[in-house]
Order: sequence, then C-alpha cells, then structure tokens
Amino acid sequence: MVHWSAEEKQLIASVWSKVNVEECGAEALARLLIVYPWTQRFFSSFGNLSSPTAIIGNPKVRAHGKKVLTSFGEAVKNLDNIKVTYAKLSELHCEKLHVDPENFRLLGDILIIVLASHFARDFTPACQFAWQKLVGVVAHALARKYH
Amino acid sequence: MLTADDKKLIQQVWEKVFSRQDDLGAEALERMFITYPQTKTYFPHFDLHHGSDQIRSHGKKVVSALGSAVKSLDNLSQALSELSNLHAYNLRVDPTHFALQLLSQCFQVVLAVHLGNDYTPEVHAAFDKFMSAVAAVLAEKYR
Repeated sequence: MVHWSAEEKQLIASVWSKVNVEECGAEALARLLIVYPWTQRFFSSFGNLSSPTAIIGNPKVRAHGKKVLTSFGEAVKNLDNIKVTYAKLSELHCEKLHVDPENFRLLGDILIIVLASHFARDFTPACQFAWQKLVGVVAHALARKYH
Repeated sequence: MLTADDKKLIQQVWEKVFSRQDDLGAEALERMFITYPQTKTYFPHFDLHHGSDQIRSHGKKVVSALGSAVKSLDNLSQALSELSNLHAYNLRVDPTHFALQLLSQCFQVVLAVHLGNDYTPEVHAAFDKFMSAVAAVLAEKYR
C-alpha cells in the first residue's frame, strides 16, 4: 500500500479542490494528443484530430477528457485504496482498450504541466512532488491487472 | 523531427524567458531534486538546500547549454558534442529512464508556471520535442 504523508494528502486535496475538472481534463487529453500524436491511435472514432486547433475544439476530446479526469478524482478521494479503485478500469484498458501502460505515464506528466500552467507559483515543488507521486500511483494501478 | 514551425516556437519561447533564464535553471533543478529524489544521487557533492549557490550556478550552466542548443537547432549533435562526450564518458547519468527526461519534465513545469496560458499546446509540443532531441544527443555516445 502506498504511504501518503499528511502534507502530501493536504497538497493533493488543496490543488484538486481548485481544479475545473471539465476544462482541465479536456486540456490534458488534448495536449496528450498534440504533444504525443501517436496516442491518437486510440481515438480513431473521434473525428477531426488533424491539427492542434481541431483537437482542442473537438467535442469528443473534451467530453472524454472530462471523463478521464473525473475518474482521476476517484483516486484523489481514495488515496489509501487506489489499487482496488482502479482494478476494473485496469482490466478494461488491457482487455478491451489495449492501451500500452506507458501512455498512462505520458498523460500523468501532461496533467502535471497543465496544473503548473493554471496554478503557476502556487504549484510549488512540494505540490509537484505529491502530484507526480499520485499520477505515478494511478498509472501503476491502471497497469496492475494487465496480462 | 523538429519542423520549421517547432523551431520558431522554441526560439520565441526562449526569447520570452531570456531575462529570467538563471532563475529558471535553478528552479528546474530544485524541482527535479524534490520531485525525483533519485536524481540527487548524481550530486552527492552538492549542497542541495533551497537557494544553494551550487544549484544556482549549475542551473545557469544547464540553461546556458540549452540556450546554445536553441541557437543551433539545425545541428544539435555538433552544438552539444562536448556535453555529449561528458555525459557518456564522465557523468554517465542513466540513459534508459533518463534522468534527463526527468529534468525535461521539470523544465517544462517551470516554463508552464512562468508562462501560464502562453505555454500553449503547440509550444508544449515543440519544447517537448526539443528536450527529447537534446536528451537523445546527450545519450548518443553511451555505447
């Protein structure tokens, strides 16, 4: 089980409370598809992904981004039980979606950069530490049921 | 591969942060040491406290090298050749889960903190590519 210090929990909760899940989720997913274009391979049904502008404005990207970050919120709410929280999603990403777990790491790093651009100096090094730890734990949990 | 547009964006971003370069270097290093403690293993001889002179001065060095790279986007191999030798034969920073990738992440976080919305997805993509290219050149001679 992952150990979270009181400070880490506080930093995670405090940043999360200020996150606009819809906007942030949309931006993070859009950036994933823009910065690492090969990730578009999972979204062939999403329509126009031909340019950064198209991706940012794509309603399916926005909706899916919101879905993904909303799910991320489950980790924030269940820091002491992330493995169990994501067991089913892990199976889904392996068996149905066929997503290489490396992509979870990429999205995690992108999310950190989105948070940094929104919160600027408030996204302190200590915040970054706690959040990089969190995205790492989430990525690990999502990869855990792969077979 | 860095496109012409990427190169323009990289140069523009660099100009924007030029005056704060030295701060950015120190900040990126500090974030790296805090976020990825394993990177401290390469600096046992450093004072790694917040605001340390060694971090400031090393940050300046790193940023200055990146600045030369920005000026030589058409020939990174040549521009970074000395540094490439240094990293391969001397420093031998782990190239597989390259500590340099960790520094790249922290450098981008610092840019995002300072530029906010100006760190657009397009700039983000260009800069990420640039940092990858730099890391690749630095790892070129490892074996």
